[in-house]
Amino acid sequence: MKAKTKRAARKTSPGANLNAAGLHYDLRLYVAGQTPKSLAAFANLKELCELHLAGKYRIEVIDLVKKPQLARDDQVIAIPTLVRRLPQPIRKIIGDLCDTRRTLIGLDLSDQAGP
Amino acid sequence: MTQKKNIAKNRLLPKSPTGISGLDEITGGGLPKGRPTLVCGSAGCGKSMLGVEFLVRGALQFNEPGVLMTFEELPEDVVKNARSLGFDIDDLVAKKKLFLDYVRVERNEIQETGEYDLEGIFVRLNYAIEAVGAKRVVLDTIESLFTGLTNAAILRAELRRLFSWLKEKGVTAIITGEKGDGMLTRNGLEEYVSDCVIMLDHRVIDQVSTRRLRVVKYRGSTHGTNEYPFLINENGFSVLPISSLGLAHDVSSERISSGVPRLDLMLGGKGFYRGSSILVSGTAGTGKSSLGAYFVDAASRRGERCLYFAFEESPQQVIRNMRSIGLNLEPWTRKGLLRFQASRPTLYGLETHLAVMHKQVKDFKPQVVVIDPISNLVNTGSPNEVRSMLLRLVDFLKSRQITAFFTSLSSPDMKNLEQTDVGISSIMDTWLLLRDIELGGERNRGLYVLKSRGMAHSNQIREFVLSDHGIDIRDVYIGPEGVLTGSMRLAQEARERAQKIARDLDIESKQRQLTRKRAALEAQIAALKAEFEGEEAEIARVLSQENQLVQQVQIDEVAMARSRQADKVMDRRNGH
Repeated sequence: MKAKTKRAARKTSPGANLNAAGLHYDLRLYVAGQTPKSLAAFANLKELCELHLAGKYRIEVIDLVKKPQLARDDQVIAIPTLVRRLPQPIRKIIGDLCDTRRTLIGLDLSDQAGP
Repeated sequence: MTQKKNIAKNRLLPKSPTGISGLDEITGGGLPKGRPTLVCGSAGCGKSMLGVEFLVRGALQFNEPGVLMTFEELPEDVVKNARSLGFDIDDLVAKKKLFLDYVRVERNEIQETGEYDLEGIFVRLNYAIEAVGAKRVVLDTIESLFTGLTNAAILRAELRRLFSWLKEKGVTAIITGEKGDGMLTRNGLEEYVSDCVIMLDHRVIDQVSTRRLRVVKYRGSTHGTNEYPFLINENGFSVLPISSLGLAHDVSSERISSGVPRLDLMLGGKGFYRGSSILVSGTAGTGKSSLGAYFVDAASRRGERCLYFAFEESPQQVIRNMRSIGLNLEPWTRKGLLRFQASRPTLYGLETHLAVMHKQVKDFKPQVVVIDPISNLVNTGSPNEVRSMLLRLVDFLKSRQITAFFTSLSSPDMKNLEQTDVGISSIMDTWLLLRDIELGGERNRGLYVLKSRGMAHSNQIREFVLSDHGIDIRDVYIGPEGVLTGSMRLAQEARERAQKIARDLDIESKQRQLTRKRAALEAQIAALKAEFEGEEAEIARVLSQENQLVQQVQIDEVAMARSRQADKVMDRRNGH
């Protein structure tokens, strides 16, 4: 888990990047240390991405304890915060992402939210 | 004696001076050091300005760097607004004395799902505090988080945590909050920030706005509890404590002339006290301004600096009008001893007037200030406000040993003549009343000293005459017909003069008569004496004739005897 929270923890499938529809998802998860909420958020996010965005997403975890200046640059106020940097526009989801439906709405994947 | 006490007190509750004039006086030294202070008020009341000035002054005057975290205002706007107060935020940021962080909370950009906390803000604040070594933090307005985020329970818990974290950090913080219904702030921030709460208010009465500040609470410290008017002008924030002076100013026993010798006589023979406040009230056209001008002239002659606030006339008009009573003020303005400051009372609110006066007085450093008239200021505020403003003005002038001369227009209603000024008279040391005396088809001016603290003053009404030679104060005629002034007085005086002349003539003639009588008497005496002398001479002559006759008889007898040869006779004659 520790390794996964590092920036290097990428889950990019080499074959399925950047198709014409811009469906590549560049996600950033801001955490502050390994709090239970952060761990839960990461786990929830990963599960969701694997389920709905398999092969076309990238998660970057940023620990603000280590890089506090990024909090200002990216306008982070709450922890954990998930930022969808791509595709545009930028979307922000705060919380531990336990509500998958809301998370999908937040990521603009609501068509996949329904059954 | 209190120094030791103060030190002990300060140790109990260290304070962080704001550097804002007046606010430190009200709070007894500043905001609670290392604790958060809540500044609340409605929109546009100056909360943000207070915060910005607190930071800027902290950085410039007290070497305490600061962090400004805004939630509503963009950093560019903060910089721009601060520049209008004369603060260069960019420069402070470049010098690492100030750190700006803008927190954008946009509800439609944020989706909430599940549990979260506001650690992001903590991280940012911590980063900012460490970047500049901040001792002061301003959060403006953290309440907008409530509009951006829906989970109020989390927010409240996090704010509570934030404020205790700020305390732990030991930074002196200002948290601003929008005024809410029935609460100090919309979201009840006062529950979390309980050390010091300052409320700002911006009221518009009769189209004139006044800003006010009140320290609602200050735990562990005494503080002024009143509402204090404050200003935001090109010098920043300034709070004007109403009664901060505590009547502790030095008093002078030096006396200065009023410019009218006879009036000086009425004031115990020496005039006003230096540094006292003088009120001249009266109905329209009774010569209030003229008295003021004489006072200014006398002061200028002594080489003192005078500041004349004219609220009714332009400086040129004052000078022209005073020339008509033989007073030329122009040389004094040319010499720089006399400065006019003319403005319409309705130009600003009362507090701005007060601030302008403060500024002028501080700049010009006069010994004498004339305010002509104060009654016009009443138009710009309620009597209470005018009173409090004048009280502060008088206090301010007294603390600088400046003699203040106020004129006040009273209502023409005779009964109310003294009442109209009752509100302000208690703060005046000397009160001269000019009144019309209407008698015999003409109006004349009467002057009397209603009160004059600390001197034996005349209790008599004098007639106050304005002519092209200037001010003349004369005794009024007081007699069986009452108090007479003007031509009635002159007529009465003429009558008296005529009577006196008649009496004089009478006496003279009686004296002449007496002289005549004496002369006649003396003549009579002389005549009688002459008559007596004549008679005396006649009697003497008769007597001597008689004697001669007797002798002749004897001689004849002897001769007869001799001729008869009578021896006896011979013997008798020759014998012994």
